Parts: sequence; structure tokens; C-alpha cells
Amino acid sequence: MAGKKGIFSFFVDLYGDGFRNMTWGKPLVWLIVLKLVILFAILRVFFFKPVMRGMTEGEKSEFVGERLTRKQPTDTINF
Amino acid sequence: MTAAYHWLFVPLTLGLAMAMAIMETLYVVKKDEFWKKAAKFWIKLFAINFAVGIATGIILEFEFGTNWSNYSWFVGDMFGAPLAIEGILAFFMEATFFAVMFFGWEKVSPKFHLASTWLTGIGATISAYWILVANGWMQNPVGTTFNPDTVRSEMASAAAFWQVISNPVAVSKFCHSVTSGWVTGGIFVVGVSAWYLLKNRHIEFAKRSMLIGVIVGLVGSGAVMLSGDSSGVHAAEFQPMKLAAAEGLKDGGKRASFTIIPGVKIPGMLSVLATHKLDGFVPGINDILNGYTDDEGNVIPSVADKMAMGREALDALATYRERKDSDPAAAAAALEVLRANERYMGYGHLEKPEDIVPPVGVVFWAFRLMIGFGMLIALVLLLCAIGLWKDKLGSWKWLLWAGIICIPLAYITGQCGWIVAEVGRQPWTIQGILPVNVAISSLSAAAVKTTFFVFLAVFALFLVIEIRILLGAIRKGPDFVEPEKR
Repeated sequence: MAGKKGIFSFFVDLYGDGFRNMTWGKPLVWLIVLKLVILFAILRVFFFKPVMRGMTEGEKSEFVGERLTRKQPTDTINF
Repeated sequence: MTAAYHWLFVPLTLGLAMAMAIMETLYVVKKDEFWKKAAKFWIKLFAINFAVGIATGIILEFEFGTNWSNYSWFVGDMFGAPLAIEGILAFFMEATFFAVMFFGWEKVSPKFHLASTWLTGIGATISAYWILVANGWMQNPVGTTFNPDTVRSEMASAAAFWQVISNPVAVSKFCHSVTSGWVTGGIFVVGVSAWYLLKNRHIEFAKRSMLIGVIVGLVGSGAVMLSGDSSGVHAAEFQPMKLAAAEGLKDGGKRASFTIIPGVKIPGMLSVLATHKLDGFVPGINDILNGYTDDEGNVIPSVADKMAMGREALDALATYRERKDSDPAAAAAALEVLRANERYMGYGHLEKPEDIVPPVGVVFWAFRLMIGFGMLIALVLLLCAIGLWKDKLGSWKWLLWAGIICIPLAYITGQCGWIVAEVGRQPWTIQGILPVNVAISSLSAAAVKTTFFVFLAVFALFLVIEIRILLGAIRKGPDFVEPEKR
């Protein structure tokens, strides 16, 4: 194992050699990368916009408090 | 739907982790190369499942902010700690030990590698615990106090945190979910091994792997039954409507019958399952709607009464928030009214008492499929154990086919369990406190549909890819030539 050489360089070697010598695992790595790109660069950016983004803590309390104490929320947010 | 999709991958991760760790333990203890190669094959299938399942849970976090903004704010203080612990643990344990397990066969000692394999599985299991702490709190919100200033459920102390993490609903959900994962992992190993036996390939590998699958699956089946019993008792105590819906029980009573299928009942069985007493009182849907007295003599108000108290709580909350700066005395009086009625606050949002009844048919049949398929899988595992013991599997081809068929059935069973737990608690996001119609963001239906169908299309594609890669790896088989006879 790594010993005194350093845990960091051990993991660099582990991942480096592991990815270089990968055979059947390569499509899986590409699958993970593709998935993360779709998740963070497409779905997150264009489809899943946080409704309360940019509000202060106080504004968020007001926003939810108002919705909690009235019966039928009527606002809609269109993408 | 997103959580149900995520749950497609988790059970196999938890169960296969056990099977492959046991195989590798046999390699290290017995110094038998066969088990090393067997473990390598199952780790390969584990990695494929893991790779496709990874990050499917992230989409839930996106949805919290977009589709469930009110809920997300309401529970933020409470959910923050368990989900942060889960995220850190999942990242560090899985990134570290999974890498050693996957890449480290030639780089670390066998014992260190074995520890990494176990810790990968243990890490995934601990992750599941923190997620189910959050989910358990939604089913039985203990340990938190509603803060009318921040409009959040908050944990005020370390004792409250302990109450949250030792919530009996979370503990039994964790045990039930994890051990059902062992059943899925066990039957997966059995089914894949059965396929090799039917194809007359890798016979010795298949038989010895099947033995490990049978052990993991049967231990899981026993534990699932015990934890399921505990889940039933907790549902009776904290979510009686869920139990009544799962049983299709309109009018309850003492010595309540358990329905196997409509028209076939076991007298008194439901009372035993729900209360561990033959003459225990189990309320039906009408009892819960109209109010009843439980076995301890507690009078449970009707839903109409709870709605009235809920509306008082919501009115008091509105008054408190309006007057807290301008009229402290009026605010203090409103706060007193809020505290007296806050346990029914969610009922104040309902339009009619019947709103608290979940879709009975869905929950009733999901419950039956879960139990029926679960029992069938346990039976197949038991028969496989007998077949292995008597060395009859070669001639019991029907059993090998049953083992294969049980793989999709295990997934259906898991999804049915999810439906019982989550559809059964409708309309509540947080039991009694926050119904779904208030928890959601004020989004247009079109926006929700768009995100849902984009998610469905993308992730259905990933699922198809996973199944293709997984089937390809199974078709190729383990990477060694086995001895003629062991």
C-alpha cells in the first residue's frame, strides 16, 4: 500500500492506472460523464430552476409563510 | 416517480454488496483463488448497476428546489443534517473504497482489498440509513418544533437530533429496505447462476455462487418479515389510514380480519399483525374519518374536528405573523392558540374529510403483490437451497426458470413496497402537518409535465443501456476457466 509515500499519490496512481487499463469499464465511465453533463448542464440549467433562488432567508420565510396561511396558491411560474 | 426510479438501483447495490463481500471473505479466509475470481465477476455486475444508479438521486435534490420549494424550505433545518451526512459519507466512502475495490486488486493486500469491499457495501447501507431518517421523519415527524417566525420545522437540541435519528419509523424502514435489498441481491445471484446452469456453462461457479445467493436471500427474507411486522405495528400507531387503505378496511374493530385476497380472510390476523394482540382494535377508514377510541382509551377526534383545529392553527399563525411586531400581546395569544392546535395544522388545508383517504385500490393491491411475490421469492430460495443440498438442480429445470423469473419479481416487489409506503401516506408530505397541495411549488402543470417527461426519457434511456451492458456481461460470464471437478 501507499505507506509513507503519501495517500494522495497512492490514490492518483490508483485512479490513473485504473482508468488507463480499463477495458469493459470504459463505456460505464462515459455513461457516468454523460449523465452528469445531462444532469448539471442541461436539466439543472434549463429545467430545474429553484423557485426561491436569489431570495434572502427572510424573504423565503415570508414566501412560504404566505402560502402556508392561504388556502389556494394561485401563482404560476412558467419556464 | 423519481424516488421509485432511484430505488431500482439501490436494492441490488445493497444486496450484491453482501454477496460479493462474502465471496471475497471466503477467498481471503480459505485462500481459494476460485472465490477471488467469483467475487471479481459479481463486483463487475455490481459496478455496472452502481454506474447507472449513481446520481439518479441527484435529480430529487433538483426537484426539491423546483417542484417542492415550500416543502423544501419547511423541512430544510431538519433535513440538512442527515442529508449532508449522507452526501459526505456517500462521496468519501464510495469514492475511496469503491475505487480500491474496483482498481486495487493488484495494488493493495488481499485483506485491505477485502476491507474495501465490505466498506463499499457498509457505506451504501449507512447512506440508506440517513436517507430513511429523512423519509421516516416525514411519516412520523418527531423531535422537531415548528418555528412560526422562520416557518420551518426545527431541531432545537442534540436530544431532538437523537429523537430524529432514532425515530422508530426510520429504524424499521431502514431494516425493511436494506434487508429487502439483500433479498433482491440474493435472488439476482440465484437467477443469474440458474441461467448458467440452464445453459450448461460455468456449472461449478454457478452452483457455488447460487449457494451464497441463497444464504443472502434467505437471511434477507427472514429479516424482511421481522422488520415488515415492525413496520405494520408502526403504521397502525402513527399512520392508521395507511394501514386501513392497505387492508381496504372500511369499518374496523377488535379481532379484525386480514384479507389475503378479496373474499379470503383470516379472522383476527390483522389485529395480531397491527397490535400484537388478538383482540386489538384496528380502526377502519370510516372510524378514522368519524373519530374513535383506541385500545388505550385515547379519544381520536374525527377528521372534521381535526380540520377545525387545523384552521384555528393556520389562522393563529397568520395572526402571529401579522402582529408580532405591531401588537406583541395579540401575537402571544395567537402563538398560544397555534401551539394548542399545531399537531393538526395540516388538516386546516383540507377541503373535506375524505381528502385524507389515499387511493385505496392502488395501496391494497400493491400491498398484496409485495407480500405475495416476497413469499414466492422466499419459497424459490428455499427450494434452491434444497436443490443444492440434494444436488438436484440439474433435473429441476423448472426451479432454475423460477429463479430467473424471480429477478424481475424482486424489482416489482420493491416498487410495490415503495407504493405502499408513499402512496399510502397521501395526501401528506409530512404526516398531519403538510399536505402535498401546500408542499408543492406554484408551478404550471405544463412545467411539471415537461420536467417529468424529460426526466423519464433521459433516464429510461439510461435504464435500457444498463440492462444491455448488464446482460452482455452476464452472457460473457466469469473470466476464468474452472476446474473440471471441485
